[in-house]
Amino acid sequence: MSAEVKEKDPLFSLKNRKLISAPLNKDNPITIQVLGICSALAVTAKLEPSVVMALSVVFVLGVGNVLISLLRKTIPPRIRIIVQLTVIATLVILVDQFLKAFAYDVSKQLSVFVGLIITNCIIMGRFEAFGMANKPWPSFLDGIGNALGYGWILIVVGFLRELLGSGTVWGYPVFEKFGLYSVGYENNGMMILPPMALIVVGVIIWVQRTKVRELIEEN
Amino acid sequence: MFSNRYIFIYSAVMVIIVAALLSLTAMLLQPRQERNLTIANIQGILTAVNIEATSDDAEELYKTYIKTELAIDQDGRIASVYKNGRLEEGKVRPFDIDLKKELYNKKMGNPFIIPLYIAEKDGNTLYIIPLRGAGLWGPLYGNIAFGPDFNEIVGADFSHDKETPGLGAEISTKEFANQFIGKTIFNDAGEFVSVRVVKGGITTMPTAQQIHGVDAISGGTITSIGVSDMVNNCLENYISYIQNNFK
Repeated sequence: MSAEVKEKDPLFSLKNRKLISAPLNKDNPITIQVLGICSALAVTAKLEPSVVMALSVVFVLGVGNVLISLLRKTIPPRIRIIVQLTVIATLVILVDQFLKAFAYDVSKQLSVFVGLIITNCIIMGRFEAFGMANKPWPSFLDGIGNALGYGWILIVVGFLRELLGSGTVWGYPVFEKFGLYSVGYENNGMMILPPMALIVVGVIIWVQRTKVRELIEEN
Repeated sequence: MFSNRYIFIYSAVMVIIVAALLSLTAMLLQPRQERNLTIANIQGILTAVNIEATSDDAEELYKTYIKTELAIDQDGRIASVYKNGRLEEGKVRPFDIDLKKELYNKKMGNPFIIPLYIAEKDGNTLYIIPLRGAGLWGPLYGNIAFGPDFNEIVGADFSHDKETPGLGAEISTKEFANQFIGKTIFNDAGEFVSVRVVKGGITTMPTAQQIHGVDAISGGTITSIGVSDMVNNCLENYISYIQNNFK
């Protein structure tokens, strides 16, 4: 593409690196923009589905943003939302089919949530706000960055909830090996319920705001 | 800048490409997906008799424990027998029976056959009946295992495709399924009463009836009713077989 020749930016210029790093912290889809909360609450009872969900979203958002960016000049504005939805739906069905074929147990656990990636506002939001207006490479970085920003929160929440709720990490009985149960420790059953995901996300937001002062609004 | 003609052609081409891509993937992955379904099916049968199987050892465990598969027709007669890996009687292996199709035949008043799995575990003969029904958003599946008297339930396992997580989807938890253990499907007079899933809990039932009921799931009423209907609808097909052979 001729447009890319004109582009003088090196692949990982400061601007491009920011596309990845900003969503991880200062522009995080979950903790700052509070998008994609529904799935963040639902799949994080265990670490494994959280990781699979994160990877699925990385795939859908990374590939989708590039596709939208490649198509951006051909997409008629009047049907752009339909085109975006079609791209998302196609990618999500592909992910679903692959999970059913190669990771059946996980696909059962995620059940409807894989399908619900389609309605994950982060994805549509990035397509509309970034993919439609930028070149493929920055779009790819932006997609990956936002998906990772979403993903790391999911994984942290999933890790904490599985550890404190079931006493395991990735199904491995950590607390049992440490002998915590023999000294009277009991799993906190509430950690497995969705409301605790909200509270864990809240705690992450709190920690993040104490670390990054510029996020605190002035009243 | 974009004419209507362009928009129509654009949408049409997009739809065709997407359709082709998705059908191709579905076709290529179908054998693997079906194998996974078969294994999940086997795991469900084994879970009903309290044998934990992973996807790797499921088939091996199935061969060890489930020695006999029977197909029973609508009048309680044995239509085919599959024993130790060999079809001894009849035309179709009971495991391969499409329960959905047979239940449809039943509904239409046509002849049908249904599978019955017989497990040998710790010297006991256990009978496993596969279930299929409808929940709120999609199909429900399950297996119920009975003890040697074919009355008392020794284990159950339920699963679903797309029930609401946290609500209807709770039927696939051990806590829900284990409620069925120890319940009976025939009353003292020997009449079939099934096991009902009771909204509000079994404490709302008369004490004598509580042996025929389990607690429903709060917030999952329609799925709970679906389970109740599924259990009733699938078990009643075996009444004549049970009465012929176990009374």
